[in-house]
Amino acid sequence: MTASVATRTEVAAKAVDVWKIYGTGEAQVHALGGVSVELEKGHFTAIMGPSGSGKSTLMHCLAGLDAVSRGEVYIGDSKITGLSDRGLTNLRRTKVGFIFQQFNLLPTLTAEENILLPLSISGRKPDQAWFDTVIETVGLRDRLKHRPSQLSGGQQQRVACARALVSRPEVIFADEPTGNLDSRSGAEVLSFLRNSVRDFGQTIVMVTHDPNAASYADRVIFLADGHIVDELHAPTADAVLDRLKRLDKAV
Amino acid sequence: MLRATLKSLLSRKLRLVLSGLAVVLGVMFVSGAFVLTDTMGRSFDSLFSSVYQGIDVNVTQKPKVGGDQDVGPSQQGNIPAATLDKVRAVPGVASVTGDATADGARVIGKNGKVVTTFGPPRLGGNWVGTSDLLQLREGRAPAADNEIVVNVTTAKSAGGLKVGDDVGVLTLQPGKKVFKLVGIFGYSGDRDSLGGSLEVLFTTPVAQELMLGEKDVYSGINVTAAAGVTNEKLRDDVAAALGGEAGGFQVKTGKQLTDETTKSFREGLAFFNNVLIGFAGVALFVGTFLILNTFSIIVAQRTRELALMRALGGSRGQTLGSVIIEAVAIGLIASVLGLAAGVGVGVLLAWVFGNVSGVALASVGVPAAAVISAFVVGLLVTVVAAVLPALRASRIPPIAALQEVATPDRPLTKLTVSGALIGAAGGTMLGLGLAGQGDNTLWLILGGVLVSFIGVALLTPLLARPVVSLLGRLFSWSVPGKLGRLNSGRNPRRTAITAAALMVGLALITGVNVILASAKQSLSSQASTQVTVDLIISGDGDDNGPAKFDPAVMDAAAKLPGVSSAASEYWDFAQVDGNGTGISATPDMAAYASMFKLTATEGTLQWTGPDQAVIDTENAKKRNLTLGSTMTMQFTRGEPHQVKIVGLYQRSDVMGGTIVSGDVVKDYRSAQPSWGYLRVSDGASVDAIQKQVDQLLVDNPEVSVANRAEYVDAQSAQFDQLLVMIQVLLALAILIAVLGIVNTLALSVLERTRELGLLRAIGMRRAQTMRMVTVEAVVISTFGALLGLAVGTGLGAAVVRALKDDGFTKLAFPWSQMATYLLLAALVGVIAAVLPSIRASRVNVLQAISHD
Ligand SMILES: Nc1ncnc2c1ncn2[C@@H]1O[C@H](COP(=O)(O)OP(=O)(O)O)[C@@H](O)[C@H]1O
Ligand SMILES: [Mg+2]
Repeated sequence: MTASVATRTEVAAKAVDVWKIYGTGEAQVHALGGVSVELEKGHFTAIMGPSGSGKSTLMHCLAGLDAVSRGEVYIGDSKITGLSDRGLTNLRRTKVGFIFQQFNLLPTLTAEENILLPLSISGRKPDQAWFDTVIETVGLRDRLKHRPSQLSGGQQQRVACARALVSRPEVIFADEPTGNLDSRSGAEVLSFLRNSVRDFGQTIVMVTHDPNAASYADRVIFLADGHIVDELHAPTADAVLDRLKRLDKAV
Repeated sequence: MLRATLKSLLSRKLRLVLSGLAVVLGVMFVSGAFVLTDTMGRSFDSLFSSVYQGIDVNVTQKPKVGGDQDVGPSQQGNIPAATLDKVRAVPGVASVTGDATADGARVIGKNGKVVTTFGPPRLGGNWVGTSDLLQLREGRAPAADNEIVVNVTTAKSAGGLKVGDDVGVLTLQPGKKVFKLVGIFGYSGDRDSLGGSLEVLFTTPVAQELMLGEKDVYSGINVTAAAGVTNEKLRDDVAAALGGEAGGFQVKTGKQLTDETTKSFREGLAFFNNVLIGFAGVALFVGTFLILNTFSIIVAQRTRELALMRALGGSRGQTLGSVIIEAVAIGLIASVLGLAAGVGVGVLLAWVFGNVSGVALASVGVPAAAVISAFVVGLLVTVVAAVLPALRASRIPPIAALQEVATPDRPLTKLTVSGALIGAAGGTMLGLGLAGQGDNTLWLILGGVLVSFIGVALLTPLLARPVVSLLGRLFSWSVPGKLGRLNSGRNPRRTAITAAALMVGLALITGVNVILASAKQSLSSQASTQVTVDLIISGDGDDNGPAKFDPAVMDAAAKLPGVSSAASEYWDFAQVDGNGTGISATPDMAAYASMFKLTATEGTLQWTGPDQAVIDTENAKKRNLTLGSTMTMQFTRGEPHQVKIVGLYQRSDVMGGTIVSGDVVKDYRSAQPSWGYLRVSDGASVDAIQKQVDQLLVDNPEVSVANRAEYVDAQSAQFDQLLVMIQVLLALAILIAVLGIVNTLALSVLERTRELGLLRAIGMRRAQTMRMVTVEAVVISTFGALLGLAVGTGLGAAVVRALKDDGFTKLAFPWSQMATYLLLAALVGVIAAVLPSIRASRVNVLQAISHD
């Protein structure tokens, strides 16, 4: 039991009874109502749920982009709840990476400069071998000198993935990374994410409402009305769709 | 449509405030100038009307020199005492007072220095008793020849003179005289002076001798009318009694005098007003760039909104209208605020002026000119600046509403071609103006400068990319610096117009700098190559000409051991063949010629008798004079002289014109030299002789002795003052340009909120964000400064070249000054970036990245 349990319980990020309340009085919205969740290291976790269920809010709270109303959030072993702006910046520099739905890249920089930006901002040198590996994996070798405007949407998203990977963060958070892509480019990005989990042991947390996207993950967490209502391991697209339908009925 | 327009107007407050502020400042300057000069004008009106209070009719000699269309102030001739009796005999005359007053009585203050004013005269006159106007505040009237009274302002300015003090006074006669102060007087209404004039009153004989230079003469006669006689009738009667036109007298009523003085003063004020408005014009011109930029941006940002309106059936005219309405709204609000601020500034400056000059201020009024100019200028500038962007807006096709709006990166060819054409036109105008001699040259030059600025501004976008990227390399050592540089190159038009606004002010300052530096260098090179003078005695002057000193000093200095030669120069206004001009005279032409290395091309440079002159060949040719011709010269006093040309010389850069023999100076206003030139023999110490001459000058505090280098420096010091003044006045234009930078940056920050959020999300610190914005600002401001320095250098060099024949022999560039401007511009960038960069660093990561 010891070895396998130890590996399984090694946690990349966790939320402990996290509440997120917007507004006051009549207009109060409980975006998260006491969410507790542990996200394992080296796993690809998808957060799913209907629109407005609190997926983005949960991800923002986990990533330290938003302050929680109550509860605590940990990245690795360190508590991030209550950190100062400087502390949070340090966290972003070393421990987390982001992939957003759009506007991921600076238009003034080339693909390569965009990929290396988190490192250069914090004054770190890239590990050349790792950089090469990442570039090979995303297949962008011949696009490195291009600017974002010269790249397709799928290519741009792959650049964003490479950027998130290159600083080897403890967790990569991705909010609907394929939301704006056609299905083929989306599939490319998703398999790339899954490969980086499998091959490099990267931890990834992805918000999505697309069952097909969720099927790339190791584990799917279902949210509804700010609560975790269900989860699936090693999901298939059909299984996810099935759960979602049941959830919709329940709501 | 109107409501939609006004709504979107309100939603862009910051930018509107900034661009509105540019108009407000410009309008403030314009209307402030009008309020100031109006208040000053009315203050002086009431002052002048009281100066001539109690005078019904005034008689003066027709001025022999000056007066009507002339360079100098009119120089009154003396009236013999007998004329008073003639006037007294005219029926209807109640009383007659002889006035013996002239400008040029200079009191030596407690600190040993001559008391100076900011322009009001320093009058010396005769005591004629107290009146409704003049009241003794302390002591008594002067009774003996060594007694004087002074007005309160004189006593105060001299460091607190008290009754019983011994007071040194310089008059129009050589040497310092010491008097006993027996009284201090003031004027009705508790005034200490009339418009800041300093007054010293002697007994009548002393005033006649010291201020008029003759016994028993007067400068004017003041007459009061008997009851029942009108001033006009009395004037005509007195004039008739004195022989009418032919008698050589001017007879005027007190009211005429008041009107004349007021009129000439008002002309002076109008000039002052025009200078202020000129600088306001520069500020507004720069403001136009800012508003133009703002509206271009507004239009670019509203492309979708405007296109949607078009898609919903709005016409092109309506689109155009909606932008123009915005411009009118901003223009109106800015004009009102600018006018209010202008009134405040005008009142403040008038108050300062009143305190400095001692003139009692008239009540503050807002003249119609201030109101009209405020609205015309404010509206015009705003609407003109908005028209181009509005036209562009009206051309937006409705389809644009349906497409993702990308910042259109239109080619710069059209701009570049028109910029080159307009720039060439401006250069041509400038060239014509500088080369020409007609009446329109000033307008041609000013217009040329303006048009050139527009041309360069149009060319700036083309320059922006390469120059900005080059400049930015300086900052590329850090990631934020690199990002800032890239950002400043992102929108070359916006960067260019922002920088161009800064260019205008700096170009003007640099141009003036180049001209003054060249003047300085020319002066010092001429002083070393064309002059063999070792020591120069000279001083500052006033309206009546340069300061003067006792000729005895020259005689003594010439006898000092080690002085090998000495020459003096006298100066006064004169009528030469009917034209007013300043004219120099020297008693020893040979010595004078050798001091200035003049050689005769015809005749001799030496006096052989009285009433002789030498003239340079150029002037002789221009005026059709040859060796042996005579000129008729009327000096301040005496009869006209027939002056014969005995020599011609080649003009040099420092010396040209007519020089007259020394015997004529007895008819000068004051027979004292203004300049003394000494040459020291080889082996003697210039320093030692300078000290000795200094000793000789103790009683002539208005002049001092300087060696050649000191003299050149002292001359240049005037340039430095001029430069400071111009810099202060152009500061407003620069301030507006800085607002433009703030505006552009604020906008960039707003537009790039998402990017800022992204950068923060991937680990950029607040400080780094601020640095990024600051670098962008510094790149823009140094770009503007470089442009300004380049354009200014070009302008200055063109002017210097054009003035080559007027003594500008050297073209000099004030490198250190220019480097300072560049550094200041960089600093300006840093300051302009403060608020936008704080705003950028406060960007909420979450809001920035969450789409829609
Ligand atoms: N800044 C905010 N202010 C108020 N309510 C918000 C804010 N952000 C999100 N919400 C609300 O919180 C709930 C969860 O939002 P979100 O996490 O964005 O949902 P999802 O990403 O699952 O669509 C929604 O009801 C939304 O309206
Ligand atoms: Mg969401």
